[in-house]
Amino acid sequence: MYHTLQEFMHHTKGVSYVLGGLFLLAFIGLWLFLVGREDRR
Amino acid sequence: MTISRRGFLGGLAAGTGVLLGKSGASAHEHFAGYAGRVGLLHDTTLCIGCRSCEAACSTVNHLPPPAVPLSDPSAFEKKRRTTDKQLTVVNRYVPAGGKKQAVYRKLQCMHCNEPCCASVCFVKAFTKTPEGPVLYNPDVCVGCRYCVMACPYSALGYEYDNPTSPRVMRCTMCYDRIKQNLQPACAEACPTGAITFGKREALIGVARERLRKQPGRYIDHVFGETEYGGTSWLVLAGVPFAALGLPEGAGTEPLPSLGSGFLSVVPLVVTIYPGLLLGFYAFSKRKERLSEAEQKAAVAEALARAEEETKKKLAAAAESAAKDKEKAIAQAVKRAIAEAEAARAAAPAGAGPGKEVQS
Amino acid sequence: MNGNGAFSSPSAGRVLTPFNLVTGIILLGGAAIVLLRFAKGLGATTNLSHTNPWGLWIGFDVMTGVALAAGGYVTSSAVYLFGLKEYKPVVRPAILTGFLGYALVVVGLIVDLGRPWRLPYPFVVQAGPTSALFEIALCVALYLATLFVEFTPAAFEWLGWRRWRKAVGAMTIALTIFGLILSTLHQSTLGAMYLVTPTKLHPLWYSPYLPVHFFISSAATGLSMVIFEGMLSHRIFNHQVEVSHEAFDRLTLGLAKAASIVLAIYFATKVLGLAQGDKWRLLATPMGLWFLLEVVGFVLLPCFLFALGVRDRRAGLVRFTALLVVVGVILNRLNVSIFAFNWTLPAEERYVPHWMEVWVTLSLVAAGLWAFRWIVNRMPILHEHPDYKGMH
Repeated sequence: MYHTLQEFMHHTKGVSYVLGGLFLLAFIGLWLFLVGREDRR
Repeated sequence: MTISRRGFLGGLAAGTGVLLGKSGASAHEHFAGYAGRVGLLHDTTLCIGCRSCEAACSTVNHLPPPAVPLSDPSAFEKKRRTTDKQLTVVNRYVPAGGKKQAVYRKLQCMHCNEPCCASVCFVKAFTKTPEGPVLYNPDVCVGCRYCVMACPYSALGYEYDNPTSPRVMRCTMCYDRIKQNLQPACAEACPTGAITFGKREALIGVARERLRKQPGRYIDHVFGETEYGGTSWLVLAGVPFAALGLPEGAGTEPLPSLGSGFLSVVPLVVTIYPGLLLGFYAFSKRKERLSEAEQKAAVAEALARAEEETKKKLAAAAESAAKDKEKAIAQAVKRAIAEAEAARAAAPAGAGPGKEVQS
Repeated sequence: MNGNGAFSSPSAGRVLTPFNLVTGIILLGGAAIVLLRFAKGLGATTNLSHTNPWGLWIGFDVMTGVALAAGGYVTSSAVYLFGLKEYKPVVRPAILTGFLGYALVVVGLIVDLGRPWRLPYPFVVQAGPTSALFEIALCVALYLATLFVEFTPAAFEWLGWRRWRKAVGAMTIALTIFGLILSTLHQSTLGAMYLVTPTKLHPLWYSPYLPVHFFISSAATGLSMVIFEGMLSHRIFNHQVEVSHEAFDRLTLGLAKAASIVLAIYFATKVLGLAQGDKWRLLATPMGLWFLLEVVGFVLLPCFLFALGVRDRRAGLVRFTALLVVVGVILNRLNVSIFAFNWTLPAEERYVPHWMEVWVTLSLVAAGLWAFRWIVNRMPILHEHPDYKGMH
């Protein structure tokens, strides 16, 4: 359990940063997947 | 790269474990802090301004003794603050325009329950220990001084004269001594009992007891119990806390939570912008394509119309040329006939009927 | 060979121009002060104190510098994301200004940090994600890299590296989007740093809207800086520019139109900030008058002047107004970081920059000007490279 707000924030914001970065990468993947065939045509 | 099904599930489980580890909490909950943590009670009605605490603090922290000797009352002429060389100072306050007796208060890091310094440090150099004190780790500190800037009690000092290894300097609540079951040096040195060390919960009880027992002596409030989320240093006073340089009337909301709301928006920008901006890009490309197509269509139409017109003009020209030609032929025929008639008329009489006009 | 680039003005050649002499002396002096700072500590070259740990180097070099370099994200987004192709001529100079600007911000930061060699620590040793500064550090580092890559097409054209030029050209949209994300984040977070200091920042400047104020003003500043240095470039590098004065004036008016709208929005958010905190009465104080000067004189007024300039097609008025906006954002950032910060303290405890701090700041500006000039005189920034026409 989190005893202080600081501990809570440290954990949640840390996870958020990692998720944000992962999402960016995943989005690039999704985009390439979506339009990949358009360019090759 | 192939991942075995087991490996995948295992990784998924581990990841979820990290996320869920301690979760269930939310930012709207009240965080009670570590149970049994220590604190100090500073009763300013008992403080006589002897500054023994300053001397004791400098000694245990291996810092130079206070710049102004303890015996010299000129120390109180100006308000001092904690510095990189002095982790605590005692100031004299003369409230109510001199009509009341001078009051002394000891200043130092308040070891907040939700320390602003810890929240603004981008290398997590500060830790609120389970025992209570807030500690600083000079081994990761980059020297940005955001903590010094943010502390609402202006309690932190910085070694500006150290070119290569400057540290943030602040009261440590004598953490090492506490771990050895000793009191902080200031509490031990205080001759009047103006500083009491113990469990924070218990000290709040002690403070409330004093308020109850001698209501005329004190302002009916324990400063530090809830201010900005509460501090480990609790203060009692016989004059308004604002007169002692403390942020009287401070809300109960910890300062870090004022900045937390905005930081939550950061990942939203990262997740929303890519799709949104690609949408704008696609939209502008579509507009461009459509306007290009429109332009092309307009040009093609104009060309087609021009071609039509040219064709019409050519046809008309051909027709009128043909007409002109006909006219010219007709005229030539007419002339030839006229000439022939004239020649016949001019021919001598007696021309036989057999002689036909040669046309 | 006179050492100047291929696109230098034909009259260039003298090394010891007054400009070079003055900026040269500034640079030498600045280098000396920086050496002193690392030899003797910040105390020897600044007026920083325990009460005022952030001074000119943070307030101007970092906070104002980042706002002044905002033209990069604004113009590249306008051209590449919103399809306003006619503004292409101003993108490269804006990106260059942005890149050099952010590079100098980092240099300024390195001089100010206690242990600058530990700057990577938040990312490789121990992270403090609860801190606004963590996000700023991350975004500025990534954005500096982004701006650098966005600058490389001009460099590759100069070097004749066609394949590299094509490769980075293909990344334009992605870089522009990434740059806009990062700029939105760190421009606003520079303001968010002050959310945790309500007791120290004067209530007229303190607001939960601080991040919004900082971001919107950065957009207006970016537009104005593009107008302002476009005017300078067209005069100083006149021999290079391909865009006619009339065409450039048209662009200037277009930028001013956008800036007028952005300033109107910025003004509205400032007023809303007052309303949210019921701070109207504070306007009648001395600090209130100072606040009104900043908001009315340097936000509302330029908003109208831009609109007037656009409507009556007065490029000269627009250029003057752009300067007004730039001064205004400098004023705002210095107000937030220095003048309205610790405002309750008595005069003797307030911060005034040390002359060495001012000198170092000027050195950074001088270094930026030298770098800008060197690059513009060699690389296709203010004009298209003949071998790559149409590829821009």
